[in-house]
Amino acid sequence: MGIEKLVWEVTKKAFAGSIIGLTISDRCCSVVPVRGDSMSPLFNPQRNSYLDDYVLVDKFCLKDYKFARGDVVVFSSPTHFKDRYIKRIVGMPGEWISSSNDVIRVPQGHCWVEGDNKASSLDSRTYGPIPLGLIRGRVTHVVWPPQRVSKIGR
Amino acid sequence: MGSSSSFWNRASREAMKSGVFVAKIYCFLHVTTNYFGFAGYSYGPSMIPTFRPSGNIYLAERISKRSQEPIRGDVVVLRSPEDPNKTPIKRVIGIEGDCISFVTDPRNNDTSKTVVVPKGHVFVQGDYTHNSRDSRTFGTIPYGLIQGRVFWRVWPFEDFGPLGPTPT
Repeated sequence: MGIEKLVWEVTKKAFAGSIIGLTISDRCCSVVPVRGDSMSPLFNPQRNSYLDDYVLVDKFCLKDYKFARGDVVVFSSPTHFKDRYIKRIVGMPGEWISSSNDVIRVPQGHCWVEGDNKASSLDSRTYGPIPLGLIRGRVTHVVWPPQRVSKIGR
Repeated sequence: MGSSSSFWNRASREAMKSGVFVAKIYCFLHVTTNYFGFAGYSYGPSMIPTFRPSGNIYLAERISKRSQEPIRGDVVVLRSPEDPNKTPIKRVIGIEGDCISFVTDPRNNDTSKTVVVPKGHVFVQGDYTHNSRDSRTFGTIPYGLIQGRVFWRVWPFEDFGPLGPTPT
């Protein structure tokens, strides 16, 4: 009897904890690792190191989708919808952007994203402007490793 | 004095308990609407005759989009690529790799255009093709913009019932 009650209590607590955790990570902020070197001077400055940077992603900006040029954002890839990319917004709706071979205007409700490390980055120069609805959050801080804790400016 | 302090103790404990309870309810609702399904309201002429222009309440689910890609004929809720705060309802006409021809401006002339749906995208269209703002204007949309698949119409009550994929 006692062990059954204990298991039930633990299950209840774990369920409550997991839904509270999910809500906080969806509504407020979450921590995600950065893989690859497409944002190299900002995240993962050393190549081939086993210490990936972990960044804090702010989700409050998703209430009204207000972003500014220079924000570092997390978005889901337009071609592989399960992947998440981290890039910097360099063009807002209505601005003119010179891509590899011509100058295009960013359409309404879209933005132009590029990695800081232009040499090895898969970004809007390949798949064009992305809809703002794909953005999943704005990166505000680097939180891990400890010697690299810093705030991300615009 | 002793009785009043015990009153405040009890009051604060009760307040804490009900606050935690409300927070748990809120979290439960958030997880349900974000991972399983949600109810929504839509109006406008673009989905006649599936939806009424005067207003509808529907139920949509998010489960199938996690495991599989959308199929032709699904009615989906999407985040508009032109304004991320709007969530219109359209029908999926083409999935990746499909070749789709459409008349660019059905009201004025009959010039047509053909597009190939790129990888990871779908072509969506309203059922009432003469008055709908869809992939013919803003192009194909990525899967990431799809919020859920409509599976049940709730209101008005004449339409109450499931909404299966219909061949188009």
